[in-house]
Amino acid sequence: MPKPVPTQQLINNLLRGDRLALARAISRVEDDAEEAARIVKAVFAHTGRAHLIGITGAPGTGKSTLVSALVESYRARGETVGVLAVDPTSPFSGGALLGDRVRMTRHSGDAGVFIRSMATRRGTGGLAKASADALLLLDAAGFDCVLVETVGAGQAEIEIARVADTVVVVEAPGLGDEVQAIKAGLLEIADIFAVNKADRKGAARTVAALEMMLETGGAAVRTVLHHGQRMEAGATASITEDEDGWSIPVLETIAVSGGGAAQLRDALERHRTWLDESGARVARESRRLNHMLQTLVQAEILARMEQALSPGLHREMVEKMQQRETDPYSAAADLVRKL
Amino acid sequence: MKQSQIRVLIAKPGLDGHDRGAKVIARALRDAGFEVIYTGIRQTPQMIAEAALQEDVDVVGLSILSGAHMTLCPKVVELLHTQGQEDVLVLLGGIIPDEDAAQLKTAGVHAVFGPGTTSAEIIAFIRNAMVGG
Ligand code: B12
Ligand SMILES: Nc1nc2c(ncn2[C@@H]2O[C@H](COP(=O)(O)OP(=O)(O)OP(=O)(O)O)[C@@H](O)[C@H]2O)c(=O)[nH]1
Ligand SMILES: [Mg+2]
Repeated sequence: MPKPVPTQQLINNLLRGDRLALARAISRVEDDAEEAARIVKAVFAHTGRAHLIGITGAPGTGKSTLVSALVESYRARGETVGVLAVDPTSPFSGGALLGDRVRMTRHSGDAGVFIRSMATRRGTGGLAKASADALLLLDAAGFDCVLVETVGAGQAEIEIARVADTVVVVEAPGLGDEVQAIKAGLLEIADIFAVNKADRKGAARTVAALEMMLETGGAAVRTVLHHGQRMEAGATASITEDEDGWSIPVLETIAVSGGGAAQLRDALERHRTWLDESGARVARESRRLNHMLQTLVQAEILARMEQALSPGLHREMVEKMQQRETDPYSAAADLVRKL
Repeated sequence: MKQSQIRVLIAKPGLDGHDRGAKVIARALRDAGFEVIYTGIRQTPQMIAEAALQEDVDVVGLSILSGAHMTLCPKVVELLHTQGQEDVLVLLGGIIPDEDAAQLKTAGVHAVFGPGTTSAEIIAFIRNAMVGG
């Protein structure tokens, strides 16, 4: 293997918009926590410009195809687009088959588009641990907008709401009677709904079902779990202040032909304007940074703890528990006291 | 806290629609713990090189059963080199006559695997190349 490019050089090249440097920096951020720290430190001042858009929804609803159609739509306006497409890591082998890219091949050769696939590795909630850092790198590299496709969300995989400015929840008709987003617990995090595969029958019914949900329970539901932060629930719950004045649109799209993509892009732009004008962007960013901070502090504390507590100590405690000399709670308290 | 993972691009260049082998290999590599990016059929060498760059892969695996390997493979290798990815391992599978395989190896293809190759052989080759290369 040839000598790797020094980190500083990589960072300089990335900030100049060099694509190979960006690609390599993302790998380093994924592979190595220390490198991640070094790289993010150097680029952070250059972030905060891109519109970060999350695309989530049940498996097979057409997220990748819709991302591709959206890219086309943004490019028609001359805006540059970064894409981060996340697929699950197999819990058995640790490997992953990353297939979202197959739906995005038509942007090949366009220097205004950069597409990166990412496996979740040990991440939870539909994203990888390195996803947030990778978004910072795409932002720092100068893309006007960055689209993140989550894994096909099954159950309340709402991590995306913590990292994106705007979340699009993709729904498709014909996946059973229920509205998938409701089943998956995604209703709460949507800023925009896209009912994709509108060429199929049942789309109008799905739109109607979503609109009804939004009218009846939507606002209260959102307050309970808005953007991943648990808020006060209950009958007295009011819409969180940054949600004032945004009514969630439900749009039909036909991603395979690009139908509705321009309208979706317009809605995304309206949401962005609204974020800026209402102050919601600041509020969301503050939550996002707070969450990043918490995650990093926890990881650091965990790492120090693992360093401080020898595996022998752990084993000793487990043995004592097996002998019923101690119990799990007391053992944990003992270990923590030894720190 | 390092957890480097081997990243592999599996691509089918040209107009060849035989994608069974490519899919079999992609799945086998995933099951061996690699991160595999599958780009699908009908890829030009330019598309493949661009995907290899954006994905920062360690390995590019081409699958060709159409007979067009002598023009497609050297082109992919050349593009990888000019864009600064000289260190990427390039593998080829499919229907490749021996004399062509020999010639391609001098043109920068690291190994050629024909019908009947087991996944284990391919996995072992990649692992070996990654530690030793
Ligand atoms: C199945 C098959 C088809 C199926 C394909 C289905 C599909 N979606 O894949 C169908 C019926 C569609 C088909 C059509 C045609 N076929 Co056909 N087909 C075959 C056949 C019988 C088996 C191929 C196969 O799937 N093998 C099983 C897989 C697992 O094996 P494999 O691909 O070789 O992969 C192994 C290795 O090569 C290697 N490998 C492969 N890729 C990679 C990649 C990497 C990175 C690595 C490390 C290893 C690796 O590992 C795998 C495991 O051992 C072969 C004959 C043969 N014996 O190979 C002909 C064959 C490939 N077909 C042939 C032809 C001519 C055609 C047609 C043009 C026929 C026609 N006139 O219509 C069309 C063209 C289709 C198209 N659009 O391209 C010829 C090609 C001749 C040539 N190269 O000079 C062959 C060789 C038959 C022959 N003897 O004439 N075909
Ligand atoms: N009829 C129809 N099919 C579509 C439409 N959009 C996507 N599809 C098809 O739906 C299938 C799944 O599309 P993808 O874009 O891969 O869906 P996805 O949500 O990204 O899938 P995962 O990433 O696996 O969760 C593909 O076969 C697409 O061609 C559409 O608007 N209409
Ligand atoms: Mg997808």
